[in-house]
Amino acid sequence: MGEQAPIAIVLAPLFGALLIAFVGIRFKALCLPVTLGALTVSLAATIETFRTVLSEGEFIYLISGWERLGEGKGISIGIEYRVDAISALVLLVIAAVSLLVAVYSRTRVVAETPDRIPYYYMLYLLLVAGLAGMTITNDAFNLFVLLEISSLTSYALIAVGSRRAVLSAFNYVIMGTIGASFYLLGVGYLYIKTGVLNMEDIHAVIVANDLAESPSIQVAFVLILMAVWIKMAFFPLHAWLPNAYSYSPTTTGALMAPLVTKVMIYIMIRMMVTVFGLDYAFRATLGMPFNWSNLVVSLSSIAIVAGSVMALSRRDLKKMLSYIIIAEVGYMVGGAWLANERGMTGAVYHIVNDAFMTLCLFLAVGVFIARTGDPRIAGMNGLFKKMPITMAAFTIGALSMIGLPPTCGFFSKWYLVGGGIEAGQWHFVGALLFSSLVNAVIFFRIFEIAYFPKELSDPAPECTDPDAAPVATLQRTPLSMSLPLWISAIALIGLGIFNHTITQWIGSALGSLKFFPPAG
Amino acid sequence: MEIIVSPVPFYACLASLLAVIPIVAFGRWPNIRETCTFLAGAAKLALVLAMVPVVLKGKLIEFTLVNEIVKGVPLQFRVDGLGILFGLVASSLWILTTLYSTGYMRGANEHSQTRFYAFFAVSLCATLGVAFAANLLTLYLFYEMLSLATYPLVTHHQDKEARSGGRTYLTYLLSTSIGFVLPAMLYCYSKTGGSMDFSTGGFLAGRVGPTEGLVVLLLFVFGFAKSGIMPFHSWLPNAMVAPTPVSALLHAVAVVKVGVFCTIRVITGVFGTDFLQTLDIAAVVSWIAGFTVLVSSLIALTQDNLKRRLAFSTIGQLSYIILGVSFLTANGVIGSSMHIAMHAVGKITLFFCAGAIYIATGKKYVSQLSGIGRRMPFTMAAFTLGSLSIIGLPPLCGAWSKWFLFLGGMDAKQYVLVGILIVSSLLNIAYLIPIVIKAFFEQPSEEDKVDGIAEAPLACVIPLCCTALGCVALFAFPGFLHSLARLIATTTTTP
Amino acid sequence: MEFVEQFIVPKFNYWIYVVLMMIGMHAMIAKNNFFKKLIGMAIFQTAIILFYVSIGVKEGANIPILDHHMMPGEVHANDPVIAAKFTNPLPHVLMLTAIVVSVATLGLALAISQKIYREYGTLEEDDILSQIKLEPND
Repeated sequence: MGEQAPIAIVLAPLFGALLIAFVGIRFKALCLPVTLGALTVSLAATIETFRTVLSEGEFIYLISGWERLGEGKGISIGIEYRVDAISALVLLVIAAVSLLVAVYSRTRVVAETPDRIPYYYMLYLLLVAGLAGMTITNDAFNLFVLLEISSLTSYALIAVGSRRAVLSAFNYVIMGTIGASFYLLGVGYLYIKTGVLNMEDIHAVIVANDLAESPSIQVAFVLILMAVWIKMAFFPLHAWLPNAYSYSPTTTGALMAPLVTKVMIYIMIRMMVTVFGLDYAFRATLGMPFNWSNLVVSLSSIAIVAGSVMALSRRDLKKMLSYIIIAEVGYMVGGAWLANERGMTGAVYHIVNDAFMTLCLFLAVGVFIARTGDPRIAGMNGLFKKMPITMAAFTIGALSMIGLPPTCGFFSKWYLVGGGIEAGQWHFVGALLFSSLVNAVIFFRIFEIAYFPKELSDPAPECTDPDAAPVATLQRTPLSMSLPLWISAIALIGLGIFNHTITQWIGSALGSLKFFPPAG
Repeated sequence: MEIIVSPVPFYACLASLLAVIPIVAFGRWPNIRETCTFLAGAAKLALVLAMVPVVLKGKLIEFTLVNEIVKGVPLQFRVDGLGILFGLVASSLWILTTLYSTGYMRGANEHSQTRFYAFFAVSLCATLGVAFAANLLTLYLFYEMLSLATYPLVTHHQDKEARSGGRTYLTYLLSTSIGFVLPAMLYCYSKTGGSMDFSTGGFLAGRVGPTEGLVVLLLFVFGFAKSGIMPFHSWLPNAMVAPTPVSALLHAVAVVKVGVFCTIRVITGVFGTDFLQTLDIAAVVSWIAGFTVLVSSLIALTQDNLKRRLAFSTIGQLSYIILGVSFLTANGVIGSSMHIAMHAVGKITLFFCAGAIYIATGKKYVSQLSGIGRRMPFTMAAFTLGSLSIIGLPPLCGAWSKWFLFLGGMDAKQYVLVGILIVSSLLNIAYLIPIVIKAFFEQPSEEDKVDGIAEAPLACVIPLCCTALGCVALFAFPGFLHSLARLIATTTTTP
Repeated sequence: MEFVEQFIVPKFNYWIYVVLMMIGMHAMIAKNNFFKKLIGMAIFQTAIILFYVSIGVKEGANIPILDHHMMPGEVHANDPVIAAKFTNPLPHVLMLTAIVVSVATLGLALAISQKIYREYGTLEEDDILSQIKLEPND
C-alpha cells in the first residue's frame, strides 16, 4: 500500500465526498463520520508519503502507470504526482488542519447550516481534495483543474453563510475566475512555446531551447504570477478576502483562512522553483528598467504595512484576522523573492506556521462567538475570567502572530528578517518589524479588553444588527471545539521548538538549488 | 577555561517554573500555596549556591537544552561569574520578597493572589534564564518571557491606572525589544555566520566597522529598555502601579537588572571590551548613561509619590552600572558588578519600606510622611540605612561599588563623567534624606497622631529589617562579592 | 499598413481573443448589474477557450482522426503518423475540461446571484451596497 500513498491523499477525500453524495443525503448522521474517516485516511497517507520523502528524498508517482516516453529523462505523457520535502510538508499541513477543523465542525455545522449538512461536508471534502491535489501534482494543467475544484467549492462554502456572505461569495467568484483564467492563459502560453504540460518538462524545454528571452514565456510568467497573487490575496489584489472570510460560516473560515492562501503561496514557490527556475524568477527584468525580484519584495513590504494598518482599525474579530492574513501573505511572498536560501526557507517555514497560527486564532474566535454570540472585539469583555483555557490558547496564537518566543512566529521572523538582512532589503526588514509591533498593539488591545473588567474597556456601540441579536450561545465549550484549538496551540510551540528540524527538511529540498541574488 | 557540564543551572531555572503547578493547584489554600513558593525559593537558592564554589574556582558550568534551536545556535545555559552574581541576588531576594508579599498581599486584602504568585514564579524563572543564558538568542528568549510574565503583575489591580501603566510598560518593552534588539541580533547572526555565544573577546569582535558597530551597540543598549536608559525609561515610573512586592523585587531588582545585565553582556560578551576600545565607541554609551544619571536624579527631586521617586532613583542607579561597564576598565566592571548586588539590597529595602508605610497607614506621598518615624521606627530606620547605602556612604555597602565606579572612571580618564557621578551622589542625598528628616524630626499632623508603635504586619517588617542589615553586612564583609566581581573583571577586560 | 500586415493579419486569432477577453473583463469589473457581470465572465472564459483552440490549428491539417480506410485496399496500419497532417488534439481536449469548469462556475455564480436576489431583492450592485450601508458595519 505504501507506494500508493500519494494518490490516496487526494482520492480519500474525493471518494468521501462521493460517499456522502450517495449515503449521507439520506442518513445525515453519517456525514461527519465519513468526513472524519476520509480525512484520517488522507492524513495517514500523507504521513506515509512524508516518511518516504524523508528516507528516499523527492520522488515521482505516475498516475495509472503512464511511463515517460523517449530517451534520457524523456517527457511525460500522463499526469504525474511529485513529492519533495516542501510539498510533503504542505500536504501534512493540509491534512492536519482539515482534520482538526472537521472535528471542530461537529457542533458548528449543525448550528449554523442545519438544513445543508450533507452538502456542506461534500464541499468540504472536495475543497480538501482540490488543495491537496494542487500541492502534489506535477502537471500544470491538472493544477488548473484542481484549482477550480477548490475555488468552486470554496465559493459555495462561503455562500452558505449569512446575508453578507452571499455577496462576498459573488465578489470572490468574479475575482477567483479572473485569477484562474489568467493561470489558464499563462499555461497556454507556456504550452505554445514548449509543447509540454509537465512542470519539470516545461523547465527542461525552456532551458534546452534557451527560451528564457522569449516574449511568450515572459507573458506566461507575468500571467501566472498575477493569477496566484489574486488567489492568495496579495495586496492590492486582496479585496475579496476579508469579507469572504469574516461573513462565512465559522468552519469555512477556519478551514479556508489557514489553507487557501498558504497553498497558493506554495504554488507560487513551485512555479518559481520548478517551472521557471530561480535564475529566471530572480533575474527577470521583462524588458523593464528594474529588477523583478526587487520589485516583488517592495510590493511585499507595501502589502505587509498596508495589511497591518488596515487590521488595526477593525472592530470585528474575524475581519481583523483577515487583514492580518493579508499582511502575512506579504511576509511569505517577500521571503520567497528575497533571492537567498534563508528567505526562501523562511517563506516555506512560515507557510506551515501561518497555517497553524491562523487556525488557532480562527478556532478560538469561533469559540468566542459561539459562547458570547458577539463577533466584535469589544464583545470579549472579561473572557480571561470566563474561559481562561480558551483564552490561553488564543494568547499563544496571538503571541505567535506578534512573533514572541518560544512560539513559531518568532522563528518565522528570525528566518525572514535574517533573509532580509542578508539580501540588504532593509525596507522589508522594517516592514516585518512594523507589522510585529502593529500585531502587538492589536492583540494587547484585545488582551486588555478581555483582562480588565467591563467598565474599563472601550465603550462598545450598541448592537443593532437584527441577524446578530438572537444567536443561541453555548453555555460551555464542547470538547470537539476545545480539543482542536488546543492541538493547534500546542503545535505552535512545537513548531517553534523544532524549527531547526523543519528548516532542515526544507533545506533538503532547496539544497540543490542555486539562488541568484540580483546584481546591484 | 574549564567547563563542567551539569544540568544544575537548568534546574535552578526550572525550580520556580515548576512551582507554578502547585501554586495554582493549591490556590484555595493560601498557606499551602505560600509554602510552595517558599520551598521553590529555597530550592532555587540552594541550587544557585551549589554552583558558587565551582564558579569561584574559575570554572564554567554549561548545560545544553536544545542542540540547535536555529542553525548553529543552541539553547544553552552557561554560568559564569556575572551570571552567578546576578542569579544569587535575584534568588536570595525572592525568598525575602515572598515573605514580604505574604504580609503585604494579605494586609492589603488583594484579589487574585494565586495569579500573583504564579506569575511571580514565572518571572523568576525568566530572570535566572537571562542570568545563565549562554548566547544571545537564549538571552532574548528569556528576556521576552520576562516582559510577558510581568505584565499581569504590573496590571494586578486591574483598574484604570493599572491599564494605562500596563500599556506604557508593554509598549516600551516590546517595541524596543522587537524593533531594536531583534534586528541587531539578526545582524550579528548574519555577520558571524551562525554563532552567537558570549565569549570573552566578544563574538562580534573584528567583524564590524566603527559605524556599523555604533549602530548595533546603540540598538542593543536602547533595545534592552529594561535597563531604564533614557529616553526609554518612562515605563518604569508607570510600572509603579503594581503592588509593592512587584515594584520591590521586579522593578528594583529582577526586571531592571535584567536590562542592565543584558547591556553588560552586550558590551563584554558580544563586542568585548578590547574590541570596543579599538572601535572607540563606548564613550557614546557612557555619555548617554551619564545624562540619564543626572537627569533622572533631578526628576526624582520633583516627585512627591514615594514609589515614583524611588523609581527615578532606580533609573539613575541603573545607569551607574551601565556607565561603569562602558568605561571598559577593570575597576569599572568591578564597580558595575558589585553595584548590581549593592543597589539591589539597598533599593529593595526602600521599596519594602514604602510598601510597609502604605499597608500600615495608606500613605503614598512624601509630603504625608511627617513624623511617621515615631509610629514606624523599625521601618524608617531601615529606610535610613537603605538611603545611605544608595547615596554610597560608609558604613553601608553602596560605598564599595561607588568607590570602584569612581576608580573605573579615573582609569578611563573620563573626569567629566566622574564629576557627574559625584554630583548625582549629592542629588541622591537631596532626594532621599529629606524623607528621613521629615519622618523623624517633623511633627505629624493632628489626624495622623497615633500613640505608640503601629508597624506594618510582621511579615513585612522582618524582610525589610533583613535587607537593611544586609546593607551593613555587605559593607563589613564585601570579600565574597568582591572576589566574584574581580573574577568577572579579569575574564572580561585585559589589564 | 505594414503594421496591419505584420502584426494583425498573421496573428488575428490572438487579437480576437484579446479583444473578447477585454470586453469580458470590462463587463466583470465595470458593470453594475450582477447578471451582466456574469455575461462578461462567460465571454472572458470563452475567449480563453478560443485562444486554446486556435493554437492547436495548423495550416493544411485535418482533424486528428487516424483513418485506415481512406483508399480502399491499402493498408495504413504501419504507416508513420505525420504530425503535420493533423491539428494538435491536446489543446482541444484540455478545453473540454475547461468548458466543463466554466459551465460549473457559471452555474454556481447563477445560483449565488439567485440567492443574492432573494436576500436583497435586486441584482444592482449600487442598490445592494446602499442597503448594506444602512446595516451596521464592522
